[in-house]
This record gives sequence, structure tokens and C-alpha cells, in this order.
Amino acid sequence: MENIIKIENLNFYYGNFLALKNINMDIYKNKITAFIGPSGCGKSTLLRTLNRMNDFIENIKVEGNIYFKGQNIYSKEVDPVELRRRIGMVFQKPNPFPKTIYENIVYGLRKNGVNKKEILDEVVERTLKAVALYDEVKDKIYKSALELSGGQQQRLCIARAIAMQPEVVLMDEPTSALDPISTLKIEELLLELKKDYTIIIVTHSMQQAARISDWTAFFLNGELIEYDTTENIFENPRDKRTEDYITGRFG
Amino acid sequence: MRLHFQQNLEDIKRKVLRMGLMVEAIVDKAVNSLKEQNLELARTIIEDDDKIDMMDLEIEMDCIKLLALQQPLAKDLRTITTALKIITDLERMGDNAVNISKITLDIGKEPLIKPLIDIPKMAGIVQEMIRLSIDAFIKEDIYLAKKVAQMDQDVDEIYQRIIDELLDMIIKDPKITKQATKLMFVGRFLERIADHNTNICERIIYMVTGKLEEIN
Repeated sequence: MENIIKIENLNFYYGNFLALKNINMDIYKNKITAFIGPSGCGKSTLLRTLNRMNDFIENIKVEGNIYFKGQNIYSKEVDPVELRRRIGMVFQKPNPFPKTIYENIVYGLRKNGVNKKEILDEVVERTLKAVALYDEVKDKIYKSALELSGGQQQRLCIARAIAMQPEVVLMDEPTSALDPISTLKIEELLLELKKDYTIIIVTHSMQQAARISDWTAFFLNGELIEYDTTENIFENPRDKRTEDYITGRFG
Repeated sequence: MRLHFQQNLEDIKRKVLRMGLMVEAIVDKAVNSLKEQNLELARTIIEDDDKIDMMDLEIEMDCIKLLALQQPLAKDLRTITTALKIITDLERMGDNAVNISKITLDIGKEPLIKPLIDIPKMAGIVQEMIRLSIDAFIKEDIYLAKKVAQMDQDVDEIYQRIIDELLDMIIKDPKITKQATKLMFVGRFLERIADHNTNICERIIYMVTGKLEEIN
């Protein structure tokens, strides 16, 4: 199995607080990897270190290495903006821009100087199809994205993320604000998207992790407790703390 | 802590224990009624088996409900799937006891061709196996489960002895062929019960370790 990201001896501090303790793990290409654990365990922090979203927070410190296709993403040569193009992100709440559906999708491309209509049209159609939204919105792509339902908005945000042709998509609880049907649509979508992308998803839903991910990592108090195939984690975890967490025997 | 869920899981385990005791009792009754040629006793076995079948359904429903409503994982999940498998084996054991009782009803009025010694002995081991394996399930004791599974070899040995002995008798006196064949079937049914019990032991090991392995 080919790894696309390699995390090595990673420590992460908010001020003096050590939020991630000596994390070592590989993220495998074209797989869905789920990060699970109780609130405050560090899973979202880790997700945000992977495309340097934490750079926006003051007073943080990163020790150790994160390699994306062999290159250390915290080295000086790496441009964080370019890194975020290659490692995209989808957030908990759908956050479309107050623009048309069309402009939402091509926003990143326009920022990068791509303005040719044929190219943009092609990208809009392709990505809307990829997120299974095309049939639902094809007649209103010049209408405001804010008119879409929550589930549609989230699929649009995924379309916006993949319009930049990233290699990895980070997702921070992407369905926690959605109803069950929209959630299942996103989950189906992720299973499709993993053919072309590597997906890392933070989720509080054990069932979601079990349903869609290939690999699952369990975090507790900033430590990576157990990282294994999803099947092993949910059927027969090796660590008692993992077992206690997933069977609800915590605390 | 999911106290309510844990309580439901304990209830299922208790019901499996009760079903195990019912199966042990029905095997005892089946072999005793044969040995004592007690047709009245043999007739009650069908009813006992109906109760076992109902228990099987009841536990199955309980398990399905927990799976659907609680989405159990890891050892909780394995405990429930193990209970589901165990009750199927227990239910089959009950059917085998019924088969023995049918033979009793068939040959119960004619004099036995020999005093029954090995069959009750075999039944005694089988009953102990059932009791111990259910105990191993409740205590989650894989060493006991493995030990019980080993007892199957004793059962197989006695079964082979029964067959050999009855075949000898048939050769010497073909008139007894019908009853001797029926008694061989009794041995066969007891041997099947022991095999079902071995399945139970394998499942207990899976429940505790997460690993499926064949014993024997």
C-alpha cells in the first residue's frame, strides 16, 4: 500500500499545551481514513496540521515532520497556499460563498487566474457530476448557492474543494450538521471519490467511520492510541481504551 | 457507561444459560426414557422441545433488537453474534433429543437386546459438555471452552465402540437388526449433539479473542 502522507514524531503545542504527542502514522493513497476520539483528543488539530490550517492560529508550535509525497510540508520551500490546493478541506458546516453555484465552484480557479469560459464550464459540469449534484441543480447554476439545502450546500463545498484537483481532501465532521438522507448521500459520494482522491475524515459518528472508512485511528488526550484497518478497530480492537470508547464504556 | 445496554446484554446471556439448561435436561430425559423404556416420559419431550424452540426465537429477537437499536461494536458485537450462533446449535441439540425420543416410542415396547451402558455413559459426557460450555460462555472462559471441546474425542470413542459392538451383535443374530440399527442412530444423535457443542466452544473463543478457529 502506498502512503501519500507520512507523519513522523509530531508534537503540536497551543502555547504551552501539548495537544498532539509524538504522532507517527502513514495515510494511505486512495483510502478513506477516519480519525475518531472524544472531544479534545486532538483529532481535528491533527487534521489541520496536514494542510497547515493551524498556521492561522497564533502561538502554536509544531515539532516533528509531516511528509506529503516525500516532501516535508513545514519546510521553508513549501508554499502553504499551494499546499492547500493539493490538500483541500471541507468543514463541519457547509460554508458556500454568497455567490452563484457556478462562481462557488470556479472561485479557486479564478483566484489562480483561470478565466477561460470553456474551461470553467467544463469544471463546473464535471465536479457537479462528481458530487452527484448536477441533476439537482443544472437549471439553477447561476442562482445563489445559499438557496440550496444544507446537504446540497455541503456537496457543493465538496465540489468546490475538488474543482482545484487536490490529491487529498480533509473533512472535519462534514455531515454533523446534516439530516440522515443528506449524510448517506455524502457517504456514498466519499466512497466514489476515493477512487480519485485520498480522504481523511474526522467524525464523531462511530457508525459513519465503520460504514465508509478503510482505516481508523483512535485518539485520546493527544495520543494516537490505535491505528488499524476499520474492520479490526470495530470488530476486535487491540487496546482496551479503544474498546472502551467504541463500546461506550468511557468514563 | 451504557448501563441500559449492558443490562440488555446480560439478559441475553442469562437467557442463553437458561436455554442451555433446558437442552441439558431434554438430553437427560431422552436417554433416560429410552433406558427405562418409559413411553410417557418420551412423549413429553416434544413439548419440551417446543419450549426450546420458543426460547431460540425469543433470544434471536432480543439479539436483533439490540443490533438494530444499539449498533454494538467490538466485544459487545461479538457477544451478540456468539449468542445467535449458540442458540442455533442448542436448538439443533434439542431436535436431536426429539429424534432419540422417537426411537424410544418406536422400540419402547419390545425388550432391549442388551442393557444400555455405553449410551447413558455417552449421554452423561454430552450433558456435562453442554453444562460446561454454557458456563464457559457466561464466564468468558476460553480455557474451559477448549477443554470442553476436547471431551468430544471421548464421545467419538464411545460412539465408535457402540457401532462396533452392535454390528457384532447383528452379525451373530440378524433378527435384532432393526433395534440394533435404531440404537446406532441414538449413538449418532448423541454424537451430533457433541459436535454442535464443539461449535459453541469455537464461538466462545471467537467472542473472547476475536479469532475464529476450528477445534478438533
